[in-house]
Amino acid sequence: MQQIDPSFTDLPLRPLADAALSRARELGCTHADIRVERLRTQNISLRDARLESATDGEDAGLAVRVVHEGTWGFAAGMALTTKEADRLAEQAVAVARVSAAINTDPVELAPEPAYPDATYVSSYEIDPFTVPDPDKIALLIDWSERLMSADGVEHVQTAVMLAKDQKFYADLTGTSTIQQRVRVHPQLTAVAVDRASGAFETMRTLAPPAARGWEYLTGDLVDWTGELAEIPELLRGKIKAPSVPAGRYDLIVDPSNLFLTIHESIGHATELDRALGYEAAYAGTSFATIDKLGKLKYGSPLMNVTGDRNDEYGLASIGYDDEGVAAQQWDIVKDGILVGYQLDRNMARLKGFGRSNGCAYADSPGHVPVQRMANVSLQPDPDGPTTGEMIAGVERGIYVVGDKSWSIDMQRYNFQFTGQRFYKIESGRLAGQLRDVAYQATTTDFWGSMSVVGGPSTYVLGGAFNCGKAQPGQVAAVSHGCPSALFDGVNILNTVTEGGR
Amino acid sequence: MSSAGLASAQDMAEEALSLAKADDCMVVVTERSEANLRWASNSLTTNGEMRSRRVAVISIVDGGSGAAAGTVSRSGSPDLADLVAASEQAARDAGPAEDAMPLISEATGGDWSAPPDATSIEVFSSFAPDLGAAFGEAVAGGRLLFGFAEHIVESTFLASSTGLRLRHDQPTGRVELNGKSLDFSRSVWAGAATQDFSDISVTSMTDEIATKLAWSERRVDLEPGRYETLLPPSTVADLMIYMYYTGQARDADEGQTVFSKKGGGNRIGDALTEKPLTMRSDPGAPGLQAAGHLVTTSSSPYASVFDNGLALPAIDWIRDGVLTNLIQTRSWAAKTGASAAPYVDNLIMEGPDGAGPSTQELVATTERGLLLTTLWYIREVDPQTLLLTGLTRDGVFLVENGEVTASVNNFRFNESPVDLLARVTEIGRTERCLPREWNDYFTRTAMPTLRIPDFNMSSVSPAS
Repeated sequence: MQQIDPSFTDLPLRPLADAALSRARELGCTHADIRVERLRTQNISLRDARLESATDGEDAGLAVRVVHEGTWGFAAGMALTTKEADRLAEQAVAVARVSAAINTDPVELAPEPAYPDATYVSSYEIDPFTVPDPDKIALLIDWSERLMSADGVEHVQTAVMLAKDQKFYADLTGTSTIQQRVRVHPQLTAVAVDRASGAFETMRTLAPPAARGWEYLTGDLVDWTGELAEIPELLRGKIKAPSVPAGRYDLIVDPSNLFLTIHESIGHATELDRALGYEAAYAGTSFATIDKLGKLKYGSPLMNVTGDRNDEYGLASIGYDDEGVAAQQWDIVKDGILVGYQLDRNMARLKGFGRSNGCAYADSPGHVPVQRMANVSLQPDPDGPTTGEMIAGVERGIYVVGDKSWSIDMQRYNFQFTGQRFYKIESGRLAGQLRDVAYQATTTDFWGSMSVVGGPSTYVLGGAFNCGKAQPGQVAAVSHGCPSALFDGVNILNTVTEGGR
Repeated sequence: MSSAGLASAQDMAEEALSLAKADDCMVVVTERSEANLRWASNSLTTNGEMRSRRVAVISIVDGGSGAAAGTVSRSGSPDLADLVAASEQAARDAGPAEDAMPLISEATGGDWSAPPDATSIEVFSSFAPDLGAAFGEAVAGGRLLFGFAEHIVESTFLASSTGLRLRHDQPTGRVELNGKSLDFSRSVWAGAATQDFSDISVTSMTDEIATKLAWSERRVDLEPGRYETLLPPSTVADLMIYMYYTGQARDADEGQTVFSKKGGGNRIGDALTEKPLTMRSDPGAPGLQAAGHLVTTSSSPYASVFDNGLALPAIDWIRDGVLTNLIQTRSWAAKTGASAAPYVDNLIMEGPDGAGPSTQELVATTERGLLLTTLWYIREVDPQTLLLTGLTRDGVFLVENGEVTASVNNFRFNESPVDLLARVTEIGRTERCLPREWNDYFTRTAMPTLRIPDFNMSSVSPAS
């Protein structure tokens, strides 16, 4: 197991905490916490197998959050000195005082045991920031050239995002945690251009982002050789494919696409802050309001969805959240019924959940923690079929692989998704690709139409680096595991017709 | 020394330059202060006052086969010798850059030596009590208010070994106010961009909320279909910002966007609309002032690190309906024989002289149609046509015989902004406005209301 970098543990974390927390206590705060964070990122991009940009960034800073006379106050700064920690505690109280004029709901946090001197390090083998840049760039050039040299590929866009988060947290109850996480996201997209007609198409790798190290790119966790080798042929197939006739089809959704549908239509819809209206002006609310807990038929009885912050390679996994709550796993949808939400401590107390399930997260030292998404995953059917067996059972349908564009309304009802590739299913067999496809549905109708859930062999942990929420905007990485699944009679659009052509 | 106990931004920039051993070096120091308030259901939810600083060093090395660039950035008060050395190593590792060009050496802008501008929570000292009063009125009137107010001041210092000493202070403010009925079934929005909050009137925003909630008391359900639609400035901004982001020359020249020409090249020179519409950027536009020189720490088709310091002129993207410019770096422009067209952080669309009927006047001349408020969750469905999907949000109103008569259910739309320009039948007066979808990234816009005879509402959204 990896260790937390000494360069982080050697920072004056304890003195900073003592300075901020003692000042907050003196000023009469009922809650105070301090976070000291150092976030390392590297983004490398190539166009047509040539390096376009390689940037290496690091954000370090500290933040103090208090509850003062029942009102939140938050202040963040950058100098890792006890003087600054003290100042931020005072400033957080000042912010609480200005804000008291508009606060009518006294803040009180659900109880949580204290975790003194706790640590967490995510599971990775090779810290990507220890790999020399020339090695990283050489690998990406090699992969890009394999695509560029293929027949029909005119352009290749390549990107890898690397991140390492280090967080120290301490609060007035005695909790004190130090945590380190690593994640990687490589992506390659091949482009075919037909200059005569002006048409172009793209095909992207499917390997999801993961809470893993550089071994994700160099080891045998992903068959990169195989994936890169099949892209040119898939792209040629796509550009020659017929346009889809719009209408209702049975739709088999591959995990590489379904993870995003889960993210948008279940993950966000079961965030309690949305259900309570805290995000109403921005990210939106949720149709899954709290009066429906235990009653709402979210989907078919085959639907079982969990939230967790402790899946070993999950992007939202952590030891303790940004309010000092230990990571947990819980049910969100059980046998098709809504049974749980994602919580933070104030909402858990407010709505009588007893304890938070640990979903508070801030994406940087400059941002306040808000309720963010756990790894929300659809469980496979223990006796479910393979994807091939599912296809064999469909007379007329479509099989969608890979995510592309996504859009869902502010109450998480109406969504529309496209994909990397759509295959026609005829009499239980794949019959080539289709173009110009999007699927559009209403959340509960869609999940209600789920008639087959794939078995454990189809299960894949997908995810994204770029989930946005809150004002000021915050970005979070999150994973979603799911099997393949069959949805009956889904509305398929022809995007050319939609465009009025 | 700044208030946080760090060396000044200018001193850090000079010191980093003095440590540089590369052929050339650029240093970008960004000082940022911000304050915000967020509220829901007539009460505060989160708030904050934050300060941060980022120091980025861009080294240029030429190993004989062409200049290479490496960027490393750190926050706060980093060890500058380490930072400069890391940046030089990154440049040596990178290999020759495709966008290499001689660096800009002559430019001036801003008072280099003045301390950075800053904001604090006090920027809301009159706004917060006014908002508190509005909450009281909302409680009394059976309404719920949600929203966000933010003020950011960013001072960016660019110093280079070629002699650049450029600075820019950018204030950015925004307010969004969302009003709902107690059962959440009716929902409306008002938004504004501001530089300093002195021009924000909580009362005028709550008046707009009250008017639109009153319009929403009668509800009519409509089916999906194509409707005559008035797109108000905020919605036009969100659609046109997407088109602006897409309007980049390299991807177009390479055949990968809606602005690619059949047979090769791009569509500069093509008429996108028969209407006398202009879409432009201007760093000096009153009320929408943006940086007058380019600063970037990473290269892309939108901006090259080699172009740092390049003066940003006023530029027309579409002039009298004709596509006139696409965003491009100096190096890409040199490859294709075009002129560089740098990205500017504001966007204006207008008919002749920006004049035209107000939104209310357009409503008054509408026999039957829809008046939107904002658009949401806009994503690309088909890049070939720039077909976008998204939702109407916080107010779709039915206009009959020149008056708003009811509110209508929300819709999912599928539309291309490029196609909309070709179909627009009437252009309203250009007004400063706040985009809804993109205001995290883009707030400096002025747009007209557009009348579209057949806007494609693809399906009904039950959301309110």
